[in-house]
Amino acid sequence: MVEAKIGGIESENNQGKSGQGKSGQGKHDQGKAEEHQASERREFLGLLAGATGAVGAAAFSWPLIDSLNPAKDVLALASLEVNLESLEEGQSITVKWRGRPVFIRHRTQEETKQAEETDWKKLRDPQSDSQRVKNPQYIVVVGICTHLGCVPLGQKEVAQRGEYGGWFCPCHGSHYDESGRARKGPAPLNLAVPPYEFIKDATIRIG
Amino acid sequence: MTKKQEMTQKQTNKTLQNPILKWIDDRLPIIGLLQREYIDYPTPRNVNYFWSFGAIATIMLLVMIVTGLVLAMQYTAHVDLAFSSVQRIMRDVNYGWLLRTIHMNGASMFFLAVYIHLYRGMYYGSYKKPRELLWILGVVIFLLMMATAFTGYVLPWGQMSYWAATVITNLFSAIPIIGEQVVAFLWGGFSVDNPTLNRFFVLHFLLPFVILAVVFLHIAALHVTGSNNPDGIDVKSARDTLPFHPYITSKDSLAILVFAIGYAMVVFYAPNFLNHPDNAIPANPLSTPEHIVPEWYFLPFYAILRAIPNKLLGVLGLFGGVAILFFLPFLDRSKIRSCRYRPLYRWLLWLFVIDTMFLGWLGSKPAEEPYILWARLGTVYYFGFFLVLTPLISLIERPAKLPASISEPVLKTSDHPRDS
Amino acid sequence: MKKNTRVIKNALIIASCIVLLLTILPIKSNAASETSPLEKQSWPFKGILGHFDKTSLRRGYEVYTQVCAACHGMRFLHYRDLRELGYSKAQVVALAALNEVEDGPNDEGEYYSRLALPSDIFISPFPNDAAARVANNNVLPPDLSLMVAEKAAQGGADFIYALMIGYKEAPEGSELKEGLYYNTAFKGQEIAMPPPLFEDIIDFSDGTEASIQQMGFDVAQFLAWAADPSLEQRKRIGLRVIIFLGIFLIIAIMYKRRVWTRAHS
Repeated sequence: MVEAKIGGIESENNQGKSGQGKSGQGKHDQGKAEEHQASERREFLGLLAGATGAVGAAAFSWPLIDSLNPAKDVLALASLEVNLESLEEGQSITVKWRGRPVFIRHRTQEETKQAEETDWKKLRDPQSDSQRVKNPQYIVVVGICTHLGCVPLGQKEVAQRGEYGGWFCPCHGSHYDESGRARKGPAPLNLAVPPYEFIKDATIRIG
Repeated sequence: MTKKQEMTQKQTNKTLQNPILKWIDDRLPIIGLLQREYIDYPTPRNVNYFWSFGAIATIMLLVMIVTGLVLAMQYTAHVDLAFSSVQRIMRDVNYGWLLRTIHMNGASMFFLAVYIHLYRGMYYGSYKKPRELLWILGVVIFLLMMATAFTGYVLPWGQMSYWAATVITNLFSAIPIIGEQVVAFLWGGFSVDNPTLNRFFVLHFLLPFVILAVVFLHIAALHVTGSNNPDGIDVKSARDTLPFHPYITSKDSLAILVFAIGYAMVVFYAPNFLNHPDNAIPANPLSTPEHIVPEWYFLPFYAILRAIPNKLLGVLGLFGGVAILFFLPFLDRSKIRSCRYRPLYRWLLWLFVIDTMFLGWLGSKPAEEPYILWARLGTVYYFGFFLVLTPLISLIERPAKLPASISEPVLKTSDHPRDS
Repeated sequence: MKKNTRVIKNALIIASCIVLLLTILPIKSNAASETSPLEKQSWPFKGILGHFDKTSLRRGYEVYTQVCAACHGMRFLHYRDLRELGYSKAQVVALAALNEVEDGPNDEGEYYSRLALPSDIFISPFPNDAAARVANNNVLPPDLSLMVAEKAAQGGADFIYALMIGYKEAPEGSELKEGLYYNTAFKGQEIAMPPPLFEDIIDFSDGTEASIQQMGFDVAQFLAWAADPSLEQRKRIGLRVIIFLGIFLIIAIMYKRRVWTRAHS
């Protein structure tokens, strides 16, 4: 019974709403223009209030979103010092910096020579070897394939270094050369070089 | 579905201008539902600002859920890391301090809104027929809120968190025979420890969504009976109501903003005003702080607990203080809803409001005389109000004359009937 | 006009409800302390646009490292946080490098000590709580990161300052327990911490005279910053938020009144 009652009210109410303008007209003869003006102002104020609310909601959403960006402690993660004295020619080590692998390889003279003599201008991401190293003996790169983020092989076994003697990513078959440059496969860019510096002859600080 | 409703639905559907909305509505009539329930919904035209606290509480629930979600992404539920992960949120996470102060004080503001909402329901008789179930669902929300607030309070793992968890869970040790086992079950161990913290975190995450679901039921039930109003009389004609939008929406927005300004003042200028300083000390299971007090919104019930000298009865008193709200619709025999027209009950209700605040104040005091005696008197009135005064008052009370309709006084004099 | 007064009346009802509840409900259980009322200092960080005095904070940090840090750690602060005191990046690196921290294990599986970096937390004077107790007459010197927040009920920074300048000769007739010191600010006037500050115990790098009052004021402000480093940002954003909400409220009031004129006609 209650339901039926409410339903009745609702439809009556709808009628009432559409009839409201009419009744206003009935009361005041000159009311029509006034009513029109008033309704315009009302609509403007409604829009203004809605827009202000939208601005407020947008402003409030920013802290929520920004809180998911890297926090201060993450950004301030320590730089990493690596002693390379014990790294012999032809050997590689992987260190963890900011949660990602960094490849450091002590290149043989042959590898260095090959990396330097490559005709780099024709590569997909043209970079000379000298642009990518601080000391030609050592190549330091972030060990993350520029295709889709896998960790390439070649640090441990020479056989896994791919067709260009650097690294080989098994996920989708990208080949990198002795300088970490993308040579074959889907990788669009060379392996990234992290910011680092030699603080002693054979000690580097990454970050 | 009655024929009339079907017709209204079709009518709404027809009025949809936007072809995309119409397309959706033909397949899933959700647009028409929103249109009916949040735009056309006929609301008594005499509702006052106390009716806005439902909307305010809804907003608070949403604010708590969104801030809680991002905070949960930074928080670590482990006894060794919880405290420092909260410090990391306060110091290192971008705007973490803001989100946490909003969330932490939001609990208080949420309870504040809900308490006003609840008193409003009592004053204007919103629990009476046909809204009994609506009221009961509201009390369910209130209970769930208490559980959520309590589990949330434990998470920062400060001294007050730890000892609140210990004391509240120990309430269950009052259960005869199996009490100790129940407490060990709640703890997942022999004291409040890592398993406890972990499960509290999970519950604190889960319960708000349960609340959200019950809020939907609460609103659905409301829209079946329609809103009550300050005169407590039924809607008799379309003249008695106004469509929800823009009338109630504009009014609620105004109230929400006033509330938000108060909230912002607390968050930005007194963020620790409602906080106990001892919670800045990491949890120490070996030493209890000198004065442990629950958050203010639990204080009246805490005072009832301490007023009763017997352990089991005290715990029953505490839970009974909340549970008795479930029975209010059936204890009150008066047919008149609004206290505006109940000259006697009105004063008893105001006394009840003062009594709960008084109990709240006593709850923050140390357990010593004269506070214990006062708390006993307050407890007697609290239960006496529900169990004795409310059922009996209708026998002697002569209600004032009700207006013929909601619109009569509004439209005739365009002045509000006085509340007191 | 009647509608006007009604709007005002309703707003007043809501406002007074909030004020009433906010004042009545959160009554703090301030333990009645027998100490004399604290002298309130004029802290620059109080008030709506409060901010920290950075020169004072830097002096406070000097007091902390040269005096307090002998016994008290601050485990929630990192050296990088010192940037907020106005130190440059290079200065922070240098300040951090004055300390040594344990790190490891290295490639040989050994623990080693290295110079602290900006990303490290403040070094702790003791390896663990038990060692701290043994070295301090069986009393644990508390961590100072949140000391001002912990002592909020006693006055926060005012309490720290009062404590710093509160060491006095015990009055005649009163007997102090072994290993305790008389302090007017501390509960019961007995404190286990020996007087930390003496005139000119340190040389401030900015040449300020190191009186006990000066050091106490600076270190109290430093600890206030440490407990609430987002204070300046919070107050700045807060003012904007409240102004925005105020403007929004005015728009909402105009809209609501405009809408409701139709309901009353």
